Amino acid sequence: MGPAEARRAIAVHRQPADLPPSAGCLPPVGDLSVAPAIVGDMTRYERKTSGGNAVEVRGLVKHFGDTKAVDGVDLDVPEGTVLGVLGPNGAGKTTLVRCLSTLLVPDAGTAVVAGYDVVRQPRQLRRTIGLTGQYASVDEKLSGRENLYMIGRLLDLSRKEARARADAMLERFSLTDAAKRAARTYSGGMRRRLDLAASMIGRPAVLYLDEPTTGLDPRTRNEVWDEVKLMVSEGATVLLTTQYMEEAEQLADDLTVIDRGKVIAEGRVNELKAKVGGRTLQIRPADPGELHRMVGAIAQAGLDGVTGATADVAEGLVNVPIVSDEQLTAVIGLLGERGFAISGIDTHLPSLDEVFLAITGQKTSTPQDQVDHMDDKTLEEVPA
Amino acid sequence: MSAATLSSAPLEAHGEGRIGLRANLRHISALVRRNALQIKQDPESMFDALLMPIIFSLLFVYVFGGAVAQGDRDAYVNYFIPGMMAMGGLNIAMSVGTGVNDDFNKGVMDRFRTMPIARSSVLIAKLIVETGRMLVSTVVLLIMGFAMGFDLETGPLELLAAVALALLFGSSLTWVFMLLGLSVKTPQAVQGLGFLVIMPLQFGSSIFAPTATMPGWLQSFTKYNPLSQLADGARALTSGHGAVAHPVTMVVIWALAITVVTAPLAVAKFRNKT
Repeated sequence: MGPAEARRAIAVHRQPADLPPSAGCLPPVGDLSVAPAIVGDMTRYERKTSGGNAVEVRGLVKHFGDTKAVDGVDLDVPEGTVLGVLGPNGAGKTTLVRCLSTLLVPDAGTAVVAGYDVVRQPRQLRRTIGLTGQYASVDEKLSGRENLYMIGRLLDLSRKEARARADAMLERFSLTDAAKRAARTYSGGMRRRLDLAASMIGRPAVLYLDEPTTGLDPRTRNEVWDEVKLMVSEGATVLLTTQYMEEAEQLADDLTVIDRGKVIAEGRVNELKAKVGGRTLQIRPADPGELHRMVGAIAQAGLDGVTGATADVAEGLVNVPIVSDEQLTAVIGLLGERGFAISGIDTHLPSLDEVFLAITGQKTSTPQDQVDHMDDKTLEEVPA
Repeated sequence: MSAATLSSAPLEAHGEGRIGLRANLRHISALVRRNALQIKQDPESMFDALLMPIIFSLLFVYVFGGAVAQGDRDAYVNYFIPGMMAMGGLNIAMSVGTGVNDDFNKGVMDRFRTMPIARSSVLIAKLIVETGRMLVSTVVLLIMGFAMGFDLETGPLELLAAVALALLFGSSLTWVFMLLGLSVKTPQAVQGLGFLVIMPLQFGSSIFAPTATMPGWLQSFTKYNPLSQLADGARALTSGHGAVAHPVTMVVIWALAITVVTAPLAVAKFRNKT
C-alpha cells in the first residue's frame, strides 16, 4: 500500500452490519449538508477507519490509438466498501476495470490492488480479485456445477474442496435445481448469478462488477443487487461500474463519476444526490381511470414549486417532478384531502443524463437518445 | 474474503506468484476436462473427425483410385491410407483455428486470463484434446482402410509409429492454426486463410498420388513439402518398402521447428489479446 499521505481521504459513511464497528468513522451529521463539489474544491474528510485502501489508482492512462479511453484517473476504494464508478457508454469504465484486472496494461500511471501493482505483480494480483463483466464469463456449454468446479480447480482447490464449494455456491445463488444444465440454457439472471458465483468461489478480497445489471429486467436486477449487498455485508471490497444512478445509490458508498476517461466528480453518494437534487415522484392511483383527474388536481392546487405533473397511461402512473421532501408530503397530502385512492407511491432518482447536467452543465458525451433508451429499457419499461 | 483474507493470505508462498509444475498440470487437466465436456455436450463437433476419413477414403479409393493406380485399386488403398493419415491432422488443425477464434472471443477467456494460471495452459489443454480428436479420426481411418483391403505389411509397432508421427506433425500444425485463430478477427477469415495454405500443401504432395508424373518445378516443391515426407514416412512404415529414417527425421524436425516458432507466438497472442 502506498504512503498514507498519498491516499486521499474519503469518508466512509456506511458500515456493513457484520463488520466490527470502527468508532468515529462517521462524519458529523452536519457535514452531510456540505455541498458536494467538482473535483478540486471538494470537501474531504479524514479517514479514521483502521484498514487501508484495497484499490488505489493514480493517474491511470490507457490509449487505443488516438482515443484516450482512460485519461488520468485517480481513485481509492477503502477496504470493505463499495465504490461506484458512474458514467455513460464509452466513458472508459470497462477499460478501467480491464486495467485493474490485468487484462490490459495501462500506458501510464499506477494501480495497486490488495497491495499488488497491476503491472509488476499481475500473478499475485490475480489471486486476490474476482471479475464479473457485462457479458457472462462462464462456459456456456458446461453445466453450472462443472463451471464452478473447473474454476475451483484452476484456483488450486482440491477436488473435494472444489466440489464442496461449487455446491455451496450453487445453493447460495439459488442455482441448485439448474446445477446440471448447460449454462446456455440459463435465463439472463441465472447466468449473471452463476457469473457472480464463479467470481466469488475463490473468496477474492476485491471484486470488480462491470455493469452487473445492464440488460437485465428489474426483477432480475433486484436479485443481483441482493447478492451484491450480501457479499458486501460479508466484507468484500467492490468496485462497481454502472450507468444508473439508482444502482449506485443502492449499492455504493462512494461514487466517482467519469466521462471521456476523466473523473468529473467524486464524493459520497448522498452528496452527489443532494447536488443533483430532483427526483420524480410516481403515484399509482387505485383506479387507473383517475390518472388525468389526479394530474388536474395537482396542477390546480398550485403547490409551491410543484409543476409539470404528467400522466403515464401505459404504466398507470402520475409522474411529478419534485425537489424536496416537503413537496412530496404536500402532493400526497393534497391527493388524500381530495379523496383519491392511491395504491402505490415511489420516488425515482434522476437519470445519468440529469446527473451529468447537474454536475457539469453539459449533457453526457453519449447521444441523449441512446442513454434514455437504455435507462428506459432497463429501469422503467420492462414489466416487473 | 474479508479484510482478514487480505492480510493473512500466504501469497508469498507461491514464489512471487510463479506457478509450479504440479499446479500447472492440475490447471491443464481442469481445462482438458472443460474441452472434453464441451464435446460431450455438443457431439456434432466430432462429426468432422469421424466422417472426414470415411468420406475421403470412399471418394479417393473408389472415384480416383482406379485411375491413379491404373486399375489396381487394391494397390491404391495401400498407397492412400498412410497418405490420408497425414491429411487428417491438417484438417483437424484447421478446425481448431476456427474453434479457437470463436471460443476465445467469449467472456470465459477473460475469466481465465484474470485467474492465477499460466496462460499457456489454456492453449495446451486445447492442443491435448485436439490431438485426441486426431487419434480418434486416425482410428476411424484405419478401420475404414482395413475394411477396404488395406494390407499392413509390417507389424503393429510400425503402424503405431506411423500414427504417432502423424499426430506429432498434426499437433505442431495445431499451434499454427491456434496462432492464426488468435490473430484474425473472424472464424470465416481463419477458414479462408486456412484453405489458401492447406490446398497447395495437401495436393502438392505425395498424399494422394505419386509425384513421378508431376512437372519438375512441382516435384521440387513436393519434395520439400513436409506433408510428402510424412506421407512417405508413414507409407514406408506400413509397407516395409522405401527409406524410413530420412522422411521420419525430416518430419520430426519440421514438427519441432514449427512448434518452437509458433507455440510461443500463439501464447503471446493469447496473453495480449484484448
